[in-house]
Amino acid sequence: MKKTYQKAWFLVLPVLLLVAFNALIPMMTVVNYSVQETFGNNLFFWEGLGWFEKLLNSDRFHAALGRQFMFTGLILVIEVPLGIAIALAMPRQGIWVPFFLVTMALPMLIPWNVVGAMWNIFTLPDIGLLGYFMNHTLGIDYNMTQDPFAAWATIITMDVWHWTSLVVLLSYAGLVSIPDAYYQAAKIDGASKWAVFRYIQLPKMKQVLTIAILLRFMDSFNIYTEIFVLTGGGPGNSTTLLSIDLVKIALGQFDLGPAAAMSLIYFAITLLISWLFYTLMTKDDVK
Amino acid sequence: MTQPKMRLSILIPILYTLFLMLPIYWLVAMSFKTTGEILSGFSLFPQTWTFDNYRVIFTDPTWYWGYINSIIYVSLNTVISITVALPAAYAFSRYSFLGDKHLFFWLLTNRMAPAAVFALPFFQLYSAVELFDTHLAVALAHCLFNIPLAVWILEGFMGGVPKELDETAAVDGYSFPRFFMTIFLPSIKAGVGVAAFFCFMFSWVELLLAKTLTAVAAKPIAATMTKTASSAGYELGLLAAAGTLTIIPGAIVIYFVRNYIAKGFALGRV
Repeated sequence: MKKTYQKAWFLVLPVLLLVAFNALIPMMTVVNYSVQETFGNNLFFWEGLGWFEKLLNSDRFHAALGRQFMFTGLILVIEVPLGIAIALAMPRQGIWVPFFLVTMALPMLIPWNVVGAMWNIFTLPDIGLLGYFMNHTLGIDYNMTQDPFAAWATIITMDVWHWTSLVVLLSYAGLVSIPDAYYQAAKIDGASKWAVFRYIQLPKMKQVLTIAILLRFMDSFNIYTEIFVLTGGGPGNSTTLLSIDLVKIALGQFDLGPAAAMSLIYFAITLLISWLFYTLMTKDDVK
Repeated sequence: MTQPKMRLSILIPILYTLFLMLPIYWLVAMSFKTTGEILSGFSLFPQTWTFDNYRVIFTDPTWYWGYINSIIYVSLNTVISITVALPAAYAFSRYSFLGDKHLFFWLLTNRMAPAAVFALPFFQLYSAVELFDTHLAVALAHCLFNIPLAVWILEGFMGGVPKELDETAAVDGYSFPRFFMTIFLPSIKAGVGVAAFFCFMFSWVELLLAKTLTAVAAKPIAATMTKTASSAGYELGLLAAAGTLTIIPGAIVIYFVRNYIAKGFALGRV
């Protein structure tokens, strides 16, 4: 049991002030904009909940939201099982381990715009390694600036390339913490490989997997830079995810009211899903 | 596990790392090609090696200052985040106090806020406090997502240190600051390393806020790159060289924490 000690608040105070400065003041600005209309010159008019109503009924928002869910859903469905599979196949010890860990962590430390630029160079139809290979060696017509399907395949592959390692490293951390005795006991009982995975490895990985899925959900739902640099939201609007649409409205068209309303709805959705997921995943632990 | 199976399954991580290396190889290869070679067609290896792209970056102040700016605000952010997160994480891990759970969850929600949401208000906020276009502005702005993460990681590591350590030290007459600095901190060294690694990582890779909050004096390398990509048209070699150089600091940092990566990524919670 932890000691109750109200003065512990003083230890938390610096964090509270710094984060509040960064979170609450901008958030209040956003709330303020979301209920007003502006025609420039710093003139604002009360708009009430009008922007929210318009936005929730707008096809453009629905389309961007749909694309966002499709993107996040696809990358979770690919990255989580793939990450677990790679972690299971990793050797537990030996000289290979540090090599694998370091190379796998590398993509995550590359600035996001460089990730976008790198994949752009990689997929250029006649100059890029992948583009050349697809078009000239395999003979598949591949040009992601014209074909929406190719653009989607590319942004999904890019995200798998960028972030699967997070799932691998977290799952691997869970796996190496399982004592050898568990496996020996399973062997004596004649447990199948699936049974070992289902009843020993998966439960041990549950906590880290929760973190992995939460982080992947939050970050993929908020993704902006990589896709903006790679496709700019195109061709057409086919890869215009929520963030990209939001920046288009806020900084491109300078429609502050609608952009602010969109920000709040966007944030609320992220929060709600993260909270639901977190509650579901940790429900069993509380009992 | 039997020997042959072991050998076969190692193919999976090998293939995966190969897949990870391919785009990076291509970026590096491009950076050593001349613009003429790049535009004339496909070549797997640079035909005529050139260091011109790198020479431009190391001699042009707008380029190399981009790197210096980035490194300054990233370091600043890491130091600020860890310094304020340490006492907070200690409070969360050792004491219960009014509203502690809500506060912890609220901190984490800031990790979920899309940066795109904050870009414009941040610009206005930091202009209002006259920090616009300073390294401090970017460092403070990145605290929004790095402090919650640092608190979360450090709290996990501190939870692994038995409470008896605190009590024994108190009995032995250590004052709290002295206990914290000389006994407690060394025992969570790995946690501090991992937290610093994550702060470095997320501050280094972020562009949207860093770009919004700077104009000239503190412009990050990533912003210099986007400008080149759009204005100079097709300077792919130069862009590739600049990109290659941004990978190096990350690689150095990973090398230092390589022994903690497995445990660190579990945030000390396994």
